[in-house]
Amino acid sequence: MSSYTWAPGFIDDGDRPQIVTSRFQYEDGHTLERYLATGGYAGLKAALARTPVQVHDEVKAATVLGRGGAGFPAGTKWGLTPVEVWPRYLVVNGDESEPGTYKDRLLMERDPHQLIEGCLIACYAAGLSQCFLYIRGEMALAQERVATALNDAYAAGYIGRNILGSKFSVDVVLHWGAGAYVVGEETALIESLEGNRGMPRLKPPFFPAAIGLYGKPTIVNNVETLANLPWLLTHSAAEYTAIGTATSPGTRMVAVSGHVKRPGVFEIVNGTTTFRDLLYGAEFCQGIRDGNELKAFVPGGGSAPWFLPDQLDLPFEAKLVGAAGSMLGSGAVMVMDETTDIPTAAHTLTRFYAHESCGKCVPCREGGTWLERIMERLADGRGTESDLAQLLEIGQTICPGPFPHAASERLGLEAAPFPFKMTTICFVGPSAYTSVHSAITLFRSEFEAKLIKRKLIPVSVGATDDGH
Amino acid sequence: MTDTKSGTEPEAAVPVDPNVVSVTLNGRAIEAQKGELVIAAAQRHGVYIPRFCYHERMSSVGMCRMCICEVDTGRGPQLTPTCMVAVAPNMVIDTESEMTKNVQQGILELLLANHPLDCPVCDKGGECPLQDQAFSHGPGESRYIEEKRHFEKPIPISDLVYLDRERCILCDRCTRFADEVAGDALISFTSRGNETHITTFPDEPFSSYFSGNTVQICPVGALTAKPYRFKARPWDLAQQESTCTTCSVGCRIVIDSSRDEVLRYMGVDSEPVNHGWLCDRGRFNFESTKSADRVLQPLVREHDELHEVSWNEALAAAASIIEEAKAAGGAAGVAVIGGARGTNEDAYAWARLAHEVIGTPNVYSQMGDGLPADLLRLDRATIDETASATTIVLLAPDLKEELPVLYLRLREAAEKKRSRIIEFTPKQTGLTRHAWRSISYEPGSQVAAVNEALADAEIAAQLAKGDVVVVFGRANLAETITASVQALHRLLAAAPGTKLLPAFRRGNSVGALQVGLRPGAGGLDTRGVLQAAADGKIDCLVLVGADPLADFPDTELARRGLAGARRTIAVDTFLTGSSARADVVLPACAFGEKDGTTTNLEGRVSNVVRQVSPAGNTRPDWMIASGLATALGSDLGYANVGEITLDIAINVPGFDHVTSAALAASADGVLSGTPTAIWPVTLLEGTAPERNSYDLRLVISRTLYDQAVGTATSPSLAHLPRGSAVHLHPLDLARVGTADGVEVKVRSARATIVLPVVADASVVRGTAWLPWNNPGPNPGELIDCFAAVNDVRIENL
Repeated sequence: MSSYTWAPGFIDDGDRPQIVTSRFQYEDGHTLERYLATGGYAGLKAALARTPVQVHDEVKAATVLGRGGAGFPAGTKWGLTPVEVWPRYLVVNGDESEPGTYKDRLLMERDPHQLIEGCLIACYAAGLSQCFLYIRGEMALAQERVATALNDAYAAGYIGRNILGSKFSVDVVLHWGAGAYVVGEETALIESLEGNRGMPRLKPPFFPAAIGLYGKPTIVNNVETLANLPWLLTHSAAEYTAIGTATSPGTRMVAVSGHVKRPGVFEIVNGTTTFRDLLYGAEFCQGIRDGNELKAFVPGGGSAPWFLPDQLDLPFEAKLVGAAGSMLGSGAVMVMDETTDIPTAAHTLTRFYAHESCGKCVPCREGGTWLERIMERLADGRGTESDLAQLLEIGQTICPGPFPHAASERLGLEAAPFPFKMTTICFVGPSAYTSVHSAITLFRSEFEAKLIKRKLIPVSVGATDDGH
Repeated sequence: MTDTKSGTEPEAAVPVDPNVVSVTLNGRAIEAQKGELVIAAAQRHGVYIPRFCYHERMSSVGMCRMCICEVDTGRGPQLTPTCMVAVAPNMVIDTESEMTKNVQQGILELLLANHPLDCPVCDKGGECPLQDQAFSHGPGESRYIEEKRHFEKPIPISDLVYLDRERCILCDRCTRFADEVAGDALISFTSRGNETHITTFPDEPFSSYFSGNTVQICPVGALTAKPYRFKARPWDLAQQESTCTTCSVGCRIVIDSSRDEVLRYMGVDSEPVNHGWLCDRGRFNFESTKSADRVLQPLVREHDELHEVSWNEALAAAASIIEEAKAAGGAAGVAVIGGARGTNEDAYAWARLAHEVIGTPNVYSQMGDGLPADLLRLDRATIDETASATTIVLLAPDLKEELPVLYLRLREAAEKKRSRIIEFTPKQTGLTRHAWRSISYEPGSQVAAVNEALADAEIAAQLAKGDVVVVFGRANLAETITASVQALHRLLAAAPGTKLLPAFRRGNSVGALQVGLRPGAGGLDTRGVLQAAADGKIDCLVLVGADPLADFPDTELARRGLAGARRTIAVDTFLTGSSARADVVLPACAFGEKDGTTTNLEGRVSNVVRQVSPAGNTRPDWMIASGLATALGSDLGYANVGEITLDIAINVPGFDHVTSAALAASADGVLSGTPTAIWPVTLLEGTAPERNSYDLRLVISRTLYDQAVGTATSPSLAHLPRGSAVHLHPLDLARVGTADGVEVKVRSARATIVLPVVADASVVRGTAWLPWNNPGPNPGELIDCFAAVNDVRIENL
């Protein structure tokens, strides 16, 4: 079996460990009946049989990395809340909207109970009194499936008061967004959840773990992160860490799009799988389309600096990828073959971030749009030499100092590693600059080829100075 | 000399102040206060960090990114918005590093990218933070060659404020002010990213009483005020600090004028009073002083018409009226009412004229709508003490309508959870939703309401915490003050040590009472004077800026009093309903045309200044009193206003330290002392009769915008009063057989007037509320000012 018509995009080839996608093979994997028939809510029962501290320790021991982008260990995050401040909340970030990313949507559509069970385990372990499930506005099917699952789980006694006869009670509230990318940023999501405009808050002082939803300590976790928990609880931290590497244990879902033969979502082994495996492996993407050459790829969603074929042998290991000048982010790989017009591709990405800027802080609101306008001109063949310099200058206002990029043997370029400085509140602003910077740094000649070719008219009486 | 101690005794260890944090600012060690924001600490130590969205009276949002500096908290220098981060021990702040400068230049270039740069035609040009900081911290020139953002410009967002969205830099100051400070969140961001702009809600203008403040705090020329648009350039303005006397809060202002014309007021951040804020009525009613309807020449009535005469003729005419009156019925045949709207000096000169020169005891500065003068003998709270009290008890009118900036201060106290507000009111007020307990009562039943509240264990426990301030005022003009004073007695007895903030309304009510515009022995108050005049016992009635027809809460008595007084002398800025009937009209200077001092409700004395020449042939009130004394053969002995200030300091108890030198030394004014607390305040006797169940109890109170002369003669404000109507609780409509919007007869024992009905859930059931002095039928006709309460019946036409 390779892919399921009811799980569009998901590809299940080969013999790989499955932690979060095991139920994708069933057309009715989203129902409570199927969920229970395939070991559902056993993780919750296993958790309730232990103390919250034991469960928390298990998650810490497993080093479950956050799958939303930053890759911060969930167990550590849960421990950051101040003691004795009540109530405290769990907010599930289901506002998946990073360009190229579509893994959480599948998790919510195909296996909503697994997510709900993960939420309950997290609430139990971290002592959270209420859970808010925030699902991206455009994901109608996910909203419907999760809503149905919540109703069924409530009816079956898995959520609510005295869950499964224990003293543990928690409510899960479903909420969906109104269509803003920035709400995927955790503090903007909290603002949106409170009924305000989706604009990020400043950290400090608004670290959600300390001052989050309604001013209370709040844990914000990604859908995929939580979906790992039921498996972890029915198995063990040792079994979890046996998969992948010590610093990147378990599996992770990646969504590949672009010029490969077989794009789709795969659950891959974390830390050991390389980009070459992913793009060329027979059980994954099976190579570049039409036998073309790979030109560049984005390793971790639209916000990530681009990689060249030079970086294909890097594994999915955050530290290595960071040192190489990019990030794994949300697990979205976008592939560009040799037919790609780089200025246009970069403009497309920049346009997205300029459009999605919330408007709160100046560098992103003004700088993002300025970048987009110049990129449009360059992609259109109306740009000038000074435009290229100007783009990098604007970038210096958004992200002063060195900005990460990949190494290139062709250009004799050393990698510039993460992190970077920024003047914006959140990462939307730098994201607008990322593709501009990568494209110009790695493919400057392509931009130069598209510049306006001006013929200087000899100065004479009546000549204008605009070059025409 | 030999210092025997030197080197022999161990030095006493310097105690480490736990509230001091040592940080490094640009290489030098400074001491900041714990919790202080970096931007504020730097400013206190002389380092200005550029900013647009940061405002010291509002919460920080960190939106403009202009204040980003390199701050090292041990992790190496980080780009940090200094308006969002409090100082921490050993923090190293660098506001001048190359990185900081580059970032600031970059941010400014981005801020200017879509800014229209129409400075030459912008009201803000010359005093514009964007312009100034572009100059001091900006890149010098722009490389932005794209088409700028375009919006229709400007659009009115309220009756007083225009918005130019092209100039706007989206700093969130106006929207934050509207939400956090004013509590009228009627403007907000809309759209997203580069298209973000400020907007009002559909069909709902930014109708805040405080909208003018947004114009003042706008760091660009995006918000402009209708009365000031295109009137002047800032470098042409002459400025002086003064004190607004529109109400008794006494907000500090700057009067800006050009070519001898007042053009605007700006709020001054006075820590104890207004925190920089003003209400729109106070901010914009300067237009009134420029009105073409001002009385500019002395007038004397001949053949039933007022004719312009010289000052000498007018003063002689006035003097002869007074002398005739004294000859006919003795000095008590002369009565002087009014004087609460001038300066302390005006009031003092008039008090001396009345008491010493004329010799009448019938003097009163309040217009029957005020408070017992002996409240001033109680232990008075300051505004600061009130806004930081553990418990604030309101036995007062709607402060949002009458003393708007006091409302802002108390609202903040409740919002920041410093104070709990317990409100007793005959109608829901602006503070009701901020009150910890709001207890509504039917007029006449104040004592019962207070008793019931005191029986509540939680309220009793709250009051037992101590630090209680009662704000006491006139919540209803259609009842005597008796029941409220009884309720106050009850409260003061239940919570000993309670302080009082008297919610007098007119600008200088407290000053006028304290310096002597109050009845002498056996003298009459205003109600007594009008009653005596109606009975033919007053031969000369002197109205010092008084308009009983508009202000006295019994219009029929006011009319009979004015008609019954044999002769009338009016000192006024306008010919009002009352002064137009006078035999002699003496034209007075308006605010901004005279120097002096004023006293606010907490007793704070601050200066008012002459910023422009008096209009026409007008004179300050004190000079008129002086001239009249001369015409009467006496001499008050004043050559200038400073001599009166000194005289007050010498003669008026509690004012001994209020000298010109002390006033000049303190920008916030000087608190006059209150006489030692004398308790109890005279307990007034009487109980209100029961209400007939067919009737509704009448509640009449003021709205911020009414037909007060300063509002009605300011073109920008004149159309803002909502109009006379009878407001009934929605659930009472069916009971009285009417509906919202229907015209009905409102019948009291006195009169019947016809008004439209407004369904209004803020009205207490069983009562009918009418706004005072709004355009339309006059509710003053309904009131019998001698009745404890007034009841009305609603009848269909």
